[in-house]
Amino acid sequence: MANSTAQAQFRGPTRIVMWVVMGIVIFITLFPFWWVVRTGLTVPSRVFTDTAALWPADFTIDNFLRVLGFLDTTAAVEAGGSGQALKFFLFLRNSFIVSTLITVGQVFFSATAAYAFARLKFPFRDQLFFLYISALMVPGIVTLIPNFVLINNLNLTDTFIGIVAPYFLMTPFAVFFLRQFFLGINKDLEEAAMLDGANYLTIFFRIILPVSKPPILTLAIITFIQSWNEYLWPLIVGKDEGVRVLTVALGIFRSQTPQGAPDWAGLMAGTALAIIPTIIIFMLLGRRVLDSIQFTGFK
Amino acid sequence: MASQASAVKVPSWPTRLRQMFANEKAVAYLFLLPSLIGFVTFYAVPAVRGLFISFTDWNMLSDPTFVGLENYQELVVDDDFWDALLVTLSYVLWNIPIQTLLAVLIAVMMDRLTRSIIVRGIILLPWLMPNVVVGLLWLWMLDPRLGIVNVGLETLGLDSIPFLGNPDYAIASIAGINVWRHVGYTALLVFAGLQTIPKSIYEAASIDGANDWQTFWGITLPMLRPVLAFVLVTSVIGSFQIFDTIAITTQGGPINATEVINWLIFEQAFERFNMGYATTVSVALFLILVVVSIIQMRLLRADETD
Repeated sequence: MANSTAQAQFRGPTRIVMWVVMGIVIFITLFPFWWVVRTGLTVPSRVFTDTAALWPADFTIDNFLRVLGFLDTTAAVEAGGSGQALKFFLFLRNSFIVSTLITVGQVFFSATAAYAFARLKFPFRDQLFFLYISALMVPGIVTLIPNFVLINNLNLTDTFIGIVAPYFLMTPFAVFFLRQFFLGINKDLEEAAMLDGANYLTIFFRIILPVSKPPILTLAIITFIQSWNEYLWPLIVGKDEGVRVLTVALGIFRSQTPQGAPDWAGLMAGTALAIIPTIIIFMLLGRRVLDSIQFTGFK
Repeated sequence: MASQASAVKVPSWPTRLRQMFANEKAVAYLFLLPSLIGFVTFYAVPAVRGLFISFTDWNMLSDPTFVGLENYQELVVDDDFWDALLVTLSYVLWNIPIQTLLAVLIAVMMDRLTRSIIVRGIILLPWLMPNVVVGLLWLWMLDPRLGIVNVGLETLGLDSIPFLGNPDYAIASIAGINVWRHVGYTALLVFAGLQTIPKSIYEAASIDGANDWQTFWGITLPMLRPVLAFVLVTSVIGSFQIFDTIAITTQGGPINATEVINWLIFEQAFERFNMGYATTVSVALFLILVVVSIIQMRLLRADETD
């Protein structure tokens, strides 16, 4: 498809130099990921001796098995590790519950609100929307402490409800993002449906939501990844193992590793495992994430 | 007859619901209600409550005592606060210029070299990773004795650098780690901005005999100003709030070298339970961010387009 966008291309020697620079950028981007996997696949004692080996010096999957809890501790200690386990599947499950709840709730309730702001008339609509938007300016740490106090007073610490609550009903960004899209939808369809006797509920579910599938999916992916990556909030309200998410678990795993000789093989095996879900989502939906970056620039 | 008459007066439930869903205001309130509850509970009230807590002395165990402006008076003379502000500033000054320059370079390369979706995917990958993961992997890569970066430096005959272990290097190293995580995302934003520059302008310039360097300075950069202004304002705001990476790697150390504002707040609130003072610092951070944003908007004329 011919497009009218900038097509100025590097030519001649500049092009070669630029490819070399690009190659370096890609190398620096990807190498750390390999280094995590390579270290996780190395026998712990060899991690300390063969520091420059680009390939696992003594290949093993025991670090992964141990971190997953499939290997008994004595065998792991004999192999040179710290014997620390990470209840990976439990924390994976917790991360999954938290991220899914937040994504479903936030996207749905932000969509209903965005529809009201974009299409329905009610008193103080624009003032209220302005209030929502101004919340984008407030740094997270300002509301963090009062929110912690609230969740604590309600005895909701160490519960999924407590971890999910602040993000479940809305974020100002989600409402802003969807309203922006809803405003751009052609009104003809809605007006025709109105004439046929459709009410606002029908219009929202039968017209607005189906037409908005791409931005809603985009928002859902971004919300999911961000909830998955969240650290500070679940750290202060959800340390208990039953609700501990992966990021918090990795942080605790790191703080428990021996100071003098950290269990790098185990740590990197855990890190590699934590990366996998994101990589899978990205492989399946990467194109959409990439195309949406220009949209979501607001973050 | 009587039952029919009452059916007319009191419509059945489905009918009443249908009438309600046809009522614009009723639907608006219904649709707005969940988000409004969320907004009031977790944004509006906490923001006001935060301000209130900052006027109190409170350890969460006993009732808060009102102390007026005492916390603010303490803040002004608190060396820890000013140190934390300086450390945060030095982080921002390491992070933002390097990140933005690299992002523009990468974006221009993607624009003029390849638009491959795979290259864009690779570039974005670090940004999709949790800060915790990024912190852990660089903690390992930058380990003074065993980390591959220092092993590489020694192989090249250079001295190893205690990146995160030395107060002189720690904050710059943290900034570098976050450049690695964020530069691809920023580059994609700039790349999106580049796509909006009309091809015809470049054609006109090349007819006039302009080279790559000249078109970059003469066309690309000026046309990018609105996008760059947006990128700078948002990334500076984000940068001032650095926390996760420090929590995973240096935890404020060595010798307070990475004690940034958010780490100070976290320590005050959740390790020493000085809720009043912690929120005071957070209010100060908010005010600082407002001022910084306004200055940036002015300097970058962000609200104007060419």
